[in-house]
Amino acid sequence: MLLAAGIARAAPDAAQLAALANGSNDEKIAALRDLGAQADAASLPVLAALSEGSLYAFKTDSGWRVLLLKASGEAVDAASGERLLSLPEGADSVMINNRVRGALAAALAAIRLASADVEMRLEAIATLGNAPDVKFLPLLDAALRRESNENVKTRIETVRAVILLQNGQREDRLMAIRILGETSDPAHLRLLRPFLTKDGQGRFVETDTRIRAAARQAAREIESRVQTGEMLKRVFEGISLGSILLLAALGLAIAYGLMGVINMAHGELVMIGAYAAYVTQTLVQQHAPAFFDVWLLAAIPVSFFAAAFAGFLMERLVIRHLYGRPLETLLATWGISLMLIQGVRAFFGAQNVTVENPSWLSGGVEIIGKQILTYNRIALIVFAALVLAGVVVLLAGTRMGLFVRAVTQNRAIARCMGVSTGYVDSMTFGFGAGLAGLAGCALSQIGNVGPELGQGYIVDSFMVVVLGGVGQIAGTVYAALGLGILNKFIEAFAGAVLAKIAILLMIVIFIQKRPQGIFALKGRYADI
Amino acid sequence: MREDSLFFRLLGHGSRQAFFVILALMSLPLFNLAFPEGHALHLPVYWVSLTGKIMCYAIMALAMDLVWGYAGILSLGHGFFFALGGYAMGMYLMRAVDPAGLPPFMVFLDWKELPWFWHGTEYFLHALLLVVLVPGLLAFVFGFFAFRSRIKGVYFSIITQAMTFAAMLLFFRNETGFGGNNGFTGFQSVLEFSITAPGTRAALFESTALCLAGALLLGRYIVTSRLGRILMAIRDSESRVMFSGYHPLPYKLFIWTLSAVLCAIAGALFVPQAGIINPGEMSPANSIEIAIWVAVGGRGTLVGPLLGAGVVNGIKSWFTVSFPEYWLYALGLLFVLATLYLPKGIVGLVARFENAKDDTA
Repeated sequence: MLLAAGIARAAPDAAQLAALANGSNDEKIAALRDLGAQADAASLPVLAALSEGSLYAFKTDSGWRVLLLKASGEAVDAASGERLLSLPEGADSVMINNRVRGALAAALAAIRLASADVEMRLEAIATLGNAPDVKFLPLLDAALRRESNENVKTRIETVRAVILLQNGQREDRLMAIRILGETSDPAHLRLLRPFLTKDGQGRFVETDTRIRAAARQAAREIESRVQTGEMLKRVFEGISLGSILLLAALGLAIAYGLMGVINMAHGELVMIGAYAAYVTQTLVQQHAPAFFDVWLLAAIPVSFFAAAFAGFLMERLVIRHLYGRPLETLLATWGISLMLIQGVRAFFGAQNVTVENPSWLSGGVEIIGKQILTYNRIALIVFAALVLAGVVVLLAGTRMGLFVRAVTQNRAIARCMGVSTGYVDSMTFGFGAGLAGLAGCALSQIGNVGPELGQGYIVDSFMVVVLGGVGQIAGTVYAALGLGILNKFIEAFAGAVLAKIAILLMIVIFIQKRPQGIFALKGRYADI
Repeated sequence: MREDSLFFRLLGHGSRQAFFVILALMSLPLFNLAFPEGHALHLPVYWVSLTGKIMCYAIMALAMDLVWGYAGILSLGHGFFFALGGYAMGMYLMRAVDPAGLPPFMVFLDWKELPWFWHGTEYFLHALLLVVLVPGLLAFVFGFFAFRSRIKGVYFSIITQAMTFAAMLLFFRNETGFGGNNGFTGFQSVLEFSITAPGTRAALFESTALCLAGALLLGRYIVTSRLGRILMAIRDSESRVMFSGYHPLPYKLFIWTLSAVLCAIAGALFVPQAGIINPGEMSPANSIEIAIWVAVGGRGTLVGPLLGAGVVNGIKSWFTVSFPEYWLYALGLLFVLATLYLPKGIVGLVARFENAKDDTA
């Protein structure tokens, strides 16, 4: 604080402060221009406060005193750095009009552009890019000359090009168009369009043919990049939706393949997983706030075992007794799902609960065409891939997995060979439920967590099972990813509802050709 | 009496008793109309309307039983056909508010003219035709493709569920032209009679009772016919039926389409009595509930579903009025207990007691 106060005394000086506090608009603008030219980071707090309206001034015997109001309610003297517990009586907020505000923005940008911090410079350019104005041009030229960071340099050039496009000479505009043509920002397309439009008489608004040709070329290049970006983003969203479907349907498909049972409460097991994540988050927050950033890692096993336990109980108490009556099992599990929903409503309330993203999952990475792939969705895809790998290893590489495959293929023969089918059933059903729990844990990171969470995904995950067929994980994977990507692509031009309906129709048509799904178990089989 | 006489076929196996009950129910509106309010024998409108609605549910349960109990096809999408019938009737009722102009919700959406599928809905007969034809045709096409590729069991069930789910999403959209999530409400008259008048209510009630009786007769006729036997054979083992030289497709398709049409009729009778139809009727949960009425009453009997619809909806009305927060627990428990302990429903339970009595006697 002392250090900051020390710096605060250097700039702005007393005369500039007085001008800002009580000067005419012209005096204020002159002071701001000086400050911008000095480009001293020390004047940032005062200017930022001025821009936010938290700069206060009041008259004392010795002149004007300028104070910065902090969010805490404290006030700091801009000249001396002295801290006051509250604003003194009679202090007025320093008002500025639009003309002064423009000068203020320029001063702020100039100081930030001169900063040694790359992030600060990028931020300044982004601000300038939002309101490009010809008066910033000298500022940008100067910044460009001393800039060494390539990324910052390109961005300065882009903003400069945007300004020159509207205000420059012919050569400047041509160069600006060329520079913009190398970017992938859809906003630049809008800037180039006016050069290619015709007026009421069918004549081009822009008379210069070279500029028109250059603009057309640049617009085409940007467009193709923007389209690539949209395409990539859509594929990414499709894979991300596919991963959700895969996580939600994997357990369902395994249990269906093994026992011929469709578990209507599977969605509620997903919901249990999500609520288990919520409980873990709350517990970590209360008892070990130091580890709050890694609560999600702790939530993964909690979600798995919470849902697995619920599934295990369901199998033992209900499903086992309905063996060989798949339609009744369907109804009974639906009954269980109703009770689970109501139970969660009674315990946690009918409202959605908040599950936060850990800091390392917020934000995203920008790809071509200004599209952003968020970290939580990337993590979701990675997580789904890991879970899938785990399931494959368990099924293909362990003794239990062997039993599961054997019972799936032929229950009676497996039993004859000494496999305890009842044990395999409950363990596998519990495991499938645990996978649903993992899906819930993952969903808590990308959507709302509420009692009806499971209902939203259940129809889609059933469709994955129908499409993928049973007995082979590959079918589920293809079906989930295929449905996810298809859904996002249809959604792009037909809307979410029509996409769902179109996909349902496609599934009905598809199973005309392959009633057993993409991958059916081959073998001698008949329901006698 | 000979077992194969038409009389026995139509009125045997408890359906005679069911007809007596329906006949008794038909007198209910009299108690509402004939006795003034405050009289000991006066029946409040609430009870008449509730009974009327439950009779609609009973028709739906009967329709469900024909496909599930007799043909082994568990549909989780029957609410869709019910709602379609309801919407077709609702279209007429909406137009009856102002036959020359647009229905209020279209005015609200600032539409200038009727969508093409609304043409002719100002005529009652046209609406009746829609009630039967639209769900019938849709069920026929859906059933044809599903049964042709031999989709059955739980596969068929979850595809029908997806069907009603997709339809619900479609009807929730304002652009679809059926009033979006508000659906149709604010009906005023049917065939120029005020819809809230006691006489109109009574007439709707009696029509429902007649339709229920008719559906029961039709059901009895079908299940005691050769067609019914083949359906039951398909239920018990479709492969064997095929090996015996029958092609199951036309049989399944017939009973499936008929069941859908019955549901639609129930919907059409339901809407004027309930005064509202919205896409919520198409939610998967509603359709599954039909299955539990049938399961509780007794599958594979025609009296069972009527009983089940009455009992479950009676309990539901009681619960949702007295302790609404426990209704879902009760319904869920009903699903579990009925499937675990009542494989043949109440009818089966009664039969077991009677057999036990006969044995001891």
